[in-house]
Amino acid sequence: MKTAVEPAQESTVTDPSPREQTLPAHAIPAQPVLQVRDLHKTYNGNAVLKGVEFDIARGQVKAVLGPSGSGKSTMLRLMALLETADAGEILLNGTRIGGRTHRGHSVHLPERQLAMQRQDIGMVFQRFNLFPHLTAVRNVMLGLTSVKGISHHDARSQAMDMLAKVGLGNRADHFPSELSGGQQQRVAIARALVLNPSVMLFDEPTSALDPELVGEVLEVMERLAETGMTMIVVTHEVRFARRVANEVTLFDGGVIVEQAEPEQFFTNPQHERTRKFLSHVH
Amino acid sequence: MLFDPNVFLQQLVSTDYMLGAALSVAVAVLSLVLATVIGFFMAIGRTARQPYLQAPAHFYVWFFRAIPALLVLLIMWNALPQLIPALRADWFSPFLAASVGLGLVEAAFMSEIIRSALLSVDDGQALAGRALGMSPTKVMVKVVLPQAIRIALPPTGNELIGLVKYSSLASVISLRELLTTAQVGVNITFRYAEYYAAAIVYYLVIVSVLSFLQSRVEKRFAWTSRTKTTKNLTAAMEANTVGIS
Ligand SMILES: Nc1ncnc2c1ncn2[C@@H]1O[C@H](COP(=O)(O)OP(=O)(O)OP(=O)(O)O)[C@@H](O)[C@H]1O
Ligand SMILES: [Mg+2]
Repeated sequence: MKTAVEPAQESTVTDPSPREQTLPAHAIPAQPVLQVRDLHKTYNGNAVLKGVEFDIARGQVKAVLGPSGSGKSTMLRLMALLETADAGEILLNGTRIGGRTHRGHSVHLPERQLAMQRQDIGMVFQRFNLFPHLTAVRNVMLGLTSVKGISHHDARSQAMDMLAKVGLGNRADHFPSELSGGQQQRVAIARALVLNPSVMLFDEPTSALDPELVGEVLEVMERLAETGMTMIVVTHEVRFARRVANEVTLFDGGVIVEQAEPEQFFTNPQHERTRKFLSHVH
Repeated sequence: MLFDPNVFLQQLVSTDYMLGAALSVAVAVLSLVLATVIGFFMAIGRTARQPYLQAPAHFYVWFFRAIPALLVLLIMWNALPQLIPALRADWFSPFLAASVGLGLVEAAFMSEIIRSALLSVDDGQALAGRALGMSPTKVMVKVVLPQAIRIALPPTGNELIGLVKYSSLASVISLRELLTTAQVGVNITFRYAEYYAAAIVYYLVIVSVLSFLQSRVEKRFAWTSRTKTTKNLTAAMEANTVGIS
């Protein structure tokens, strides 16, 4: 069984078949928002990413599935520039971010420049990571005031608008400890969104939630997708992937195993590994 | 010789005692401020990855944890002016020498408190701050530090109370703080019980006031809103805090 899977994996990573690149005509983009080229990452000799490659076009939603420990979070942290890649390139709107080429060698950018570039990438964490010492509205304001240099007054009104959009206009002055998990995650989405990023990255945004709170967060994300936001969503929510994503990706062993439209991905996966994974999730 | 309440009360309201108490508190507060500033940088140094930041911080903590505070005060007051002529001037008072001396020693302990407070802030907090595009300094000041302060407050309050008592060591460099005031009075009148009792009352009052202020400050870090709906919850939390401290 194993030997049958591996060659397929290899060929997908290095040389994706033409079928998988063909998207419906209306979805074909002018320029990809995010391009990832041959990304590698090793932690203490443990190779976690082994050459990840993909593009995501403006307004697309990519759902990423995969078993625990396969490197999904690592991939997101690298794209959010929260960690540095050992090799490979990330391009945002056609421009390389996180590093540059100097005399034929790839070098990492200094922290100050990375901080600038991170403003354009929104990140939502599994465990919300709201700032507990700030009210909901102040959580949303912090990026505006301390990164974009927007005045307190303007930041507050922008933050209030954003909270209203995630349905929390009436919780603005509550502290995170006074909000449910679902509400906290919606504040976290507003906090990232208010900086108007080119792309939003979600790392299992509903995995830490009680089942009855999952729906409200997915609903906010679905509405966000409808506004044309480019999104990469690592998730175990198959229903969400099926309904909202334009493309579903199976990630395993540090590589992308399969990448296809949801219908194709769930009903007729091309790889044995995908079939096996889906049989466990369903 | 019986306990004479009049002698006791007379001392209790005397300007000598009040001045002595004020000096004790001032030395304690000033040295805590100094210790917090130095301790913060030592804590940053000790948590840093670069050896050239780690080594000096380690050395500092190692050195000042080993040396008795009394010896540091004697060095500050007696040895340093011999070595540094500028310190022979009038501005270098026992008060300054005591505050700086105790501050230097206390910094070694504050650095431990601050270091463990910084480390106990969840890693996800700095990560979220960085993800927003905040600079490392902004992440520290706006995200990590406010949370670390909350954790560091109770042990820092204990240190302040300790410093009030340690300020009595400054009697060896002729600072007339609270205990020295009592001792000087005793040496003249031999009314040990009355003079010492007055000192006890002052220490009790000082520490009670400081504890009260500490619990007030800690409440400001409760991070709950005080809207009508949460009022009961807040009240319950406050009752808890008071009960513990
Ligand atoms: N900072 C780190 N230091 C060392 N090893 C790490 C680090 N981060 C991740 N790893 C390792 O990399 C591997 C992939 O981790 P990652 O968190 O990316 O997986 P994941 O696909 O997100 O899994 P999960 O579904 O459990 O969240 C794991 O084996 C993990 O132990
Ligand atoms: Mg993960």
